[in-house]
Amino acid sequence: MSLFYSTLKYLVVTLWSMFVIAPFLWALTTSFKDFQSVTSGATYIPWVDFEPTLDGWRSLFKSPAQGGIAIVEPFFNSVMVTAAGSGISIILGTLAAYSLSRFTFRVGPIRNGDITFFFISQRIMPPVVLSIPFFIMLGKLGLLDTLFGLILVYVVLLMPIAVWIMVDFFNKVPVEIDETALIDGCNPYQAFFKVVLPNSVPGIIVAGMFCMIFGWTDFFFAFILTFTEVQLLPVAIVALNSSITPWWSLSAAALVSVAPLVVVAFIVERHLSKGNLSGALK
Amino acid sequence: MGRSINKGKRSMNFKHKYMFLLPGLLVLLAILVFPIGFTVRLSLSSWDSFYPSLDFIGFENYIRLFTDDSRFWEAFGRLSLLSLTTVFLQYIIGFSLALLVWKEIRFQRLFRVLFLIPMMTTPVIMTVVWRTVFHESLGPVNDFFSLFGMQPLWLSSEILSKFTVILVEVWQWTPFMFLLLLAGLLSLPKEPYLAASIDGAGPVRTFIYVTFPLMAPISIGAIIIRLIEASKIMDTVYVLTSGGPGTSTETSSFYIFIKGLREFQFGYSAALSITYLIIMIISFTVIAKILVKLMVRGE
Repeated sequence: MSLFYSTLKYLVVTLWSMFVIAPFLWALTTSFKDFQSVTSGATYIPWVDFEPTLDGWRSLFKSPAQGGIAIVEPFFNSVMVTAAGSGISIILGTLAAYSLSRFTFRVGPIRNGDITFFFISQRIMPPVVLSIPFFIMLGKLGLLDTLFGLILVYVVLLMPIAVWIMVDFFNKVPVEIDETALIDGCNPYQAFFKVVLPNSVPGIIVAGMFCMIFGWTDFFFAFILTFTEVQLLPVAIVALNSSITPWWSLSAAALVSVAPLVVVAFIVERHLSKGNLSGALK
Repeated sequence: MGRSINKGKRSMNFKHKYMFLLPGLLVLLAILVFPIGFTVRLSLSSWDSFYPSLDFIGFENYIRLFTDDSRFWEAFGRLSLLSLTTVFLQYIIGFSLALLVWKEIRFQRLFRVLFLIPMMTTPVIMTVVWRTVFHESLGPVNDFFSLFGMQPLWLSSEILSKFTVILVEVWQWTPFMFLLLLAGLLSLPKEPYLAASIDGAGPVRTFIYVTFPLMAPISIGAIIIRLIEASKIMDTVYVLTSGGPGTSTETSSFYIFIKGLREFQFGYSAALSITYLIIMIISFTVIAKILVKLMVRGE
């Protein structure tokens, strides 16, 4: 490999990494600024360019009455909705995916492939199309502005992802595993729970990661379907995006919202290197 | 969809198979049937904030949409431009990055994690940050450009605002493309590469004759998945430009959002939604066919 080629390689990789990191670095410096250092133009290095303060970070814990933005409650609301939505989607999605991978369904002209496609095709729906009927439906059920209502919606959002990843994963798990268990005297449920499921942990982790990513980063449904009682993190932060934006609080809040999923990036990379993703994502 | 290693072995039938399938299927149907049916019915009514009633006006909304609503079609054209451009860029960049960290490179895992991180972040929240980055008088980008005496209007000029939306979308979603393609590269068989190196093929020829053809099915899948997600572009636009200046970054979803949830013309926005969905399903089918033709030669 020529020196030119390998220099070019590192150059490209480094440039893209800088592009990836740039907004985070900007948010990090901004989070230590105050009104004066923000409005006096772009500055970068604390102590040299501007006098850092912790106001932005403190405001995360103060109530709006005290001039803060109180994102602790929205943060935990987001955690609950994402965890519950992902959990339910994974359980129902894994069961459905297993049956679609192992058994033959034939209802009129409908075959396995069509059922799988039905699950996955829900991703084509733009949120805006579903938002109005969801709004009316949850309103009738008295579930607007509640955690439970949002969780229901998130199941629709996330189950297609779980089914998509798990069907492909189960297709790669040899059917002989189930057959051996059946011959050994398990009933089909025992075969699934005691033999197939333990062998599917990597696939479930990958599907779980993806559900968490798409649940945690959703904005639109939470934006339309909740008002005051329940507020999720993205909605709380975007609400700050007005004309008199407190950039310092906003930057600190943005970094808090990004932090938990950086852990997910490490886990996904681990599975990628081990080759677990290739089967699940093809 | 992946190739199944169990093809033709799906004989293990038993009567309880529905116990596995139905819980998920029924939950999904229960939550979805009403919204979809209701949207269809709504699209045939004149429901708005003044007369919230489910009357029946036939296809009036659809006629209005096809004869008297150039804004919808402009928004659709803009959506096509934005999503095709961003997905094309994401594919080129994502594939290049995946190839670069596929084989041995120093700090391989660090680079891989870094390249994945943007897709883990919430688009709206990062867009709020991008807004401060591109702020026309206080942001760092214009701080840089002012060295050359320029103050580009990143968010409030017609052409540049589209560029900014594309840039943010590329930052956010190239990682997804990168992830799918790298997972594909890591699963490629070794034999074709041995054969290529025995034949003395250089890296360029190996890529053209071995890697690219082997990656074609994965590429097609990744592009379609990204196009589906990109067609929903809405969050970024809402926060970054609110569709502006004027309507220069307004996409279909955003226009439906304005008609439905800002102007409360529920009936009309339902007709927009249904039309939009049908166009989407047709375009994805056509695009998938074209991609297969383009990328899978001689197979």
